[in-house]
Amino acid sequence: MALTVVFGMLAGAVNAAHAGPYEDALAGFTTDDFSDTANAVDAVVASGSPLAGTVIQALHDGNLLFSATAKKVYIKKDSGEVLDAETGKPIAGTPPDDTDNVRLNNRLRNIVDSAIGALTLMAPDADKRYDAAQSVFKSRPESARPALEKAIAAEKVARVKTAMQQARAALILSASDTSAADKVAAIAVISERGDQDSLGLLDSMSQGQPPEVAQAVTAAKAKINRTLAIWNTVQNLWYGLSLGSVLLLAAIGLAITFGVMGVINMAHGEMVMIGAYVTFVVQEVIRQRYPGLFDYSLTIALPLAFVVAALVGIVIERTVIRFLYGRPLETLLATWGISLVLQQAVRSIFGPTNKEVGNPSWMSGAFDLGGITITYNRMWIIVFTGIVFVALLAMLRFTRLGLEMRAVTQNRRMAAAVGIRTARIDALTFGLGSGIAGIAGVALSQIDNVSPNLGQGYIIDSFMVVVFGGVGNLWGTLVGALTLGIANKFLEPFAGAVLGKIAILVFIILFIQKRPRGMFALKGRAIEA
Amino acid sequence: MMTSHPLIRMLDRGSTLFLILLGAFAIAVPVLNLLVPAGSSLHVTTYYVALFGKYICYGLLALSIDLIWGYVGILSLGHGAFFALGGYAMGMYLMRQIGTRGVYANPILPDFMVFLNWKELPIFWYGFNHFAYAMLMVLLVPGLLAFVFGWFAFRSRVTGVYLSIITQAMTYALLLGFFRNNFGFGGNNGLTDFKDILGFNVQAEGTRNALLVMSCLMLAICFLVCRAIVTSKLGKVLIGIRDAESRTRFLGYRVESYKLFVFTVSACMAGIAGALYVPQVGIINPGEFAPANSIEAVIWVAVGGRGTLTGAVLGALVVNYAKTFFTSGFLAPYWLFMLGALFIGTTLLMPRGIIGTYNNWRSGQRDKSEAAASAAAEDGEIVDPPQPAPQPSAAE
Amino acid sequence: MYKTLHTAARRPVARKWLAAAAGLVMAATGAMQPAKAADTIKVGILHSLSGTMAISETTLKDVMLMLIDEQNKKGGLLGKKLEAVVVDPASNWPLFAEKARELISKDKVSVVFGCWTSVSRKSVLPVFKELNSILFYPVQFEGEEGERNVFYTGAAPNQQAIPAVDYLMSKDGGSVKRWVLEGTDYVYPRTTNKILEAYLKSKGVKAEDIMINYTPFGFSDWQTEVSKIKAFGSAGKKTAVVSTVNGDANVPFYKELGNQGIKATDIPVMAFSVGEEELAGLDTKPLVGHLAAWNYFESVKNKDNTAFINKWHEFTKKPKRTTNDPMEAHYIGFNMWVKAVEKAKSTDPDKVIAALPGIKQANLTGGISEMLPNHYITKPVLIGEVRADGQFDVVWKTKGLVKGDAWSNYLPGSKDLVADWVKLKCGNYNTVTKKCGSGS
Repeated sequence: MALTVVFGMLAGAVNAAHAGPYEDALAGFTTDDFSDTANAVDAVVASGSPLAGTVIQALHDGNLLFSATAKKVYIKKDSGEVLDAETGKPIAGTPPDDTDNVRLNNRLRNIVDSAIGALTLMAPDADKRYDAAQSVFKSRPESARPALEKAIAAEKVARVKTAMQQARAALILSASDTSAADKVAAIAVISERGDQDSLGLLDSMSQGQPPEVAQAVTAAKAKINRTLAIWNTVQNLWYGLSLGSVLLLAAIGLAITFGVMGVINMAHGEMVMIGAYVTFVVQEVIRQRYPGLFDYSLTIALPLAFVVAALVGIVIERTVIRFLYGRPLETLLATWGISLVLQQAVRSIFGPTNKEVGNPSWMSGAFDLGGITITYNRMWIIVFTGIVFVALLAMLRFTRLGLEMRAVTQNRRMAAAVGIRTARIDALTFGLGSGIAGIAGVALSQIDNVSPNLGQGYIIDSFMVVVFGGVGNLWGTLVGALTLGIANKFLEPFAGAVLGKIAILVFIILFIQKRPRGMFALKGRAIEA
Repeated sequence: MMTSHPLIRMLDRGSTLFLILLGAFAIAVPVLNLLVPAGSSLHVTTYYVALFGKYICYGLLALSIDLIWGYVGILSLGHGAFFALGGYAMGMYLMRQIGTRGVYANPILPDFMVFLNWKELPIFWYGFNHFAYAMLMVLLVPGLLAFVFGWFAFRSRVTGVYLSIITQAMTYALLLGFFRNNFGFGGNNGLTDFKDILGFNVQAEGTRNALLVMSCLMLAICFLVCRAIVTSKLGKVLIGIRDAESRTRFLGYRVESYKLFVFTVSACMAGIAGALYVPQVGIINPGEFAPANSIEAVIWVAVGGRGTLTGAVLGALVVNYAKTFFTSGFLAPYWLFMLGALFIGTTLLMPRGIIGTYNNWRSGQRDKSEAAASAAAEDGEIVDPPQPAPQPSAAE
Repeated sequence: MYKTLHTAARRPVARKWLAAAAGLVMAATGAMQPAKAADTIKVGILHSLSGTMAISETTLKDVMLMLIDEQNKKGGLLGKKLEAVVVDPASNWPLFAEKARELISKDKVSVVFGCWTSVSRKSVLPVFKELNSILFYPVQFEGEEGERNVFYTGAAPNQQAIPAVDYLMSKDGGSVKRWVLEGTDYVYPRTTNKILEAYLKSKGVKAEDIMINYTPFGFSDWQTEVSKIKAFGSAGKKTAVVSTVNGDANVPFYKELGNQGIKATDIPVMAFSVGEEELAGLDTKPLVGHLAAWNYFESVKNKDNTAFINKWHEFTKKPKRTTNDPMEAHYIGFNMWVKAVEKAKSTDPDKVIAALPGIKQANLTGGISEMLPNHYITKPVLIGEVRADGQFDVVWKTKGLVKGDAWSNYLPGSKDLVADWVKLKCGNYNTVTKKCGSGS
């Protein structure tokens, strides 16, 4: 009801001269009570004042202020200017001390949204019109029907028009007084849409429909379910790919150090954590000094995280690990000790609580691809992992360091015999592995907690990837990570998250029995030493 | 006792000293606790009885780890799992003993099952109301798991770091499983609020002292079993496997059978330690399965001296005493630094642990004074790092 | 070697060893004795300062130190100064039991404030019962307990979960018809969800409109779970998520929700374990409008709360550090204990336990909380919506204070049980059989 009035109000220019209902309505905002605010929204809209649109928009944006003592309502502009809501003119001086925002709760947000959403059916921006159509599809206010019809008639963009027609079909189906033929036609439109919302809409159709309608509903539901089943598989694949890429990122540095040096670095997870904290520090500096650069924070953090983690890694190698060569089990214990110290050190320096690492705008949100939702942060992490993997592969293949690393991996003594300084290679490898863990930390800061416990959550999974994939071969790590990621995601929906994980662990234990050196084991004499 | 030849061979100076100290300890603590009046400066409070009882159980766990790590070279990062399984078996017995004294007064179902609205006792809980059955399970469950696990792992020749990682995977999988509430073991809270053991109140001072004595006794028995194993011919083979597995195999020994035997024995000991631990601590929960706990137990052995059985026990006592000490007062937040430093320092500076270093020093002294030079390696103690020097890589 | 064994057994050497062992025991115990300060009342603080739980518990240690400091500035208690004894149970449950024993029997503290997780409380319970001391437990939990030695200043399920669901069912909450109960797999979420399921069914919600899901601790890959929620929520009925997801898993959960575009106006998430401290680790802009139910919010405006926050900032020297619900619980608990000690004129546990029920203390949200005979307290229930600045906007509040229920009426096993330590002297009195527990 309110909406139609808004349209009326916008369509015809209304004379601003009549005072009374609008001013009375505004008073509703000054009581700080949700029911009063809801009534005030209706009343403001019903008043037909030309300022109504501005007021509602300000309320939506959290820019509507009120003062309980002065019984006044103000609109705050982005420029900092404050307008008197009654007149729309800037106020003289400053508003009273007790001025506060008019508060919203979810119910009010819905009321305000649908008011604004319906307003934008005729907006000049196609994306806004599309969103408006979607919002009508979801909320299905019967009153929006005339406006929707008008919008469909005027619509030129095919995508938006389809969305509007679907919204109209939804309105038809939820209305009580439509004919069976209309309903069947509407069901056809809905079944074309074919997503979860459509299924929900069909599900919610009340019982006792005429037989032809009921039949159409059943057929449409079957069709949608088939489509959804396919999309579901695609979605699981995508989720698995995403989880796999996170595992790969966390494990790949470990795989290199393990391959070249034969040591398991239990502090690897803490290198990931250090990378995440570097991201945090970079963002803090940017927030305080150069807020405009926030979208570049990750780009700045990446090289820094690599350098910091690599340096920490090299220090660890030079001070501890090099004294333990030939004793891999002792190395394991010593690096575990290092991980405890690093964790508690970070806890002492940064405090035990989670730190806020924000998503830059290009990593927030999601888009729909067919029947699945793809979030930007996951997508970029997959892309990023791919780049890291390829870069590493290229480095191993085409650079001198890579060549020497491969030589040491295959046969340390022979490599030493032909003049490779194995100690230097060890230090560099450890630095490289740690550095990669550092940049993994930058990526993980986007999807996980940044806390001292961050690394521990990934360390066991990374081990599994490395032993499953086999050492000395990056492809093994890649296949290992993706297999585990995808298997996990296909098991999760029906086995549950916990049992799925247990199943994977048992599978790996059994697999290692079959192939004690992982999937892609190095072959050759060096191995049987 | 004194005449049997193998027994005497197993008891060298250090072992005898250890057993006597342990025996004296097992007598002294209850005496000082129960008979000396509370006001006296010699009185040992019940707090320490409980604390020492816990330490002794940790000592037994360390002993079991040393048996396989120190003498066979198997680094298990999942021994906490056997400890916890033994503990759960004991915990299940104690739960059944509560009977109607639980908060919901259900005569059969433990409280957490009533809480989750279960109607019947799951089958795997049957029999645990009998002490003997529960004790059998204390040995059987960890032993069987170790046997099956070892059967697969050793036959496929999974060794070194790979073995360590899959033992860790094993305990991690169990951790996740026991966390689940519908697994039937009380979920995250585990089993607690025990009342009686064999009809005695678990919280009574007498019971506590009895449990302490019992723990010391079991430690002594397990110590003797370990000594018997490592001083026998079998023990020499084990050390052979530790230092050169392939060569031992080429000599015709069935390496995997030897490993499997010792691994299973060790798991049973860990189970016993767990079973004694639970009534003294008053709770068993999945936290005991955490990989971090198992790794911490390994460091006890390393601190005390890997490959010296007395060292393992000593290490457990020292590290846990340090833990008690450093988690109180102004040092409170720095325990993890201490523990971490202990890991790094021991592996770098004192790879033979306290006892190993001491023995080395002693034998050095003796060498100087032209005394018996043979004592150094009598323990099967690691004189040099077992692996050939810089040949790690994928081979390990 | 034969000789060694021989001599040891026969000669008085054995006695020497015995003495040596006794000496060792004495040395070990002696080294642990702290210097005795005679004229103080000791207060134990049993919160993890290292390990995984340090994230939540460190704050509580700090707030206790502040409260004790403040009490000392007011002249202490019974003419004596208070002395805080801090120990670190390092997020290790058996260590909690050991440290509790140490505090009570070695340090001789008069009262202990501590624990966060249910399992830590469960592991120290036998110790408090055996040594007859007092524990104040400040965290919202699953209830189903009525111990004589424990005072529960956190919320029982009926002081958090049930009012929260009532709110969601109301017109203001969005008239929710379909429910996702999402939790971490441990006792608190399991119990809370059991209670909620029974409660929802009693309100006519059908079984197919309730989805219950559990994830492990520290779960970080929420893609599948969130898309499941999304699918469940698109069935045409207003859907809400009631989340008992614990600690660390929350950040990735909310990040995934935000990224998959689930807005509070579509599917609101009502959380029971997410407070100001957890939000501090998050960018809250995409989360505006999601809900939390607590008995306290930092954003509540009144004189006491402002004073408390100012003192907190001053004490920690961090002007931005947040306050949260368990901190308020310690504030109430500590002040109640002080009043009870003054009333009993003694710190003797039995006298203090007897004095505590009936003690009243102003809470920080403008009401007067009272210690009940079942050792729970009365609390207001507040529903807050996440704001863009990481604080909560209180959108709803119970009319009066809600009495904590030790035993839920919605669980078949406990509906007949009551706890009452004043008249019945029993923690699990069965109103049907008229017996305390099993009647023993």
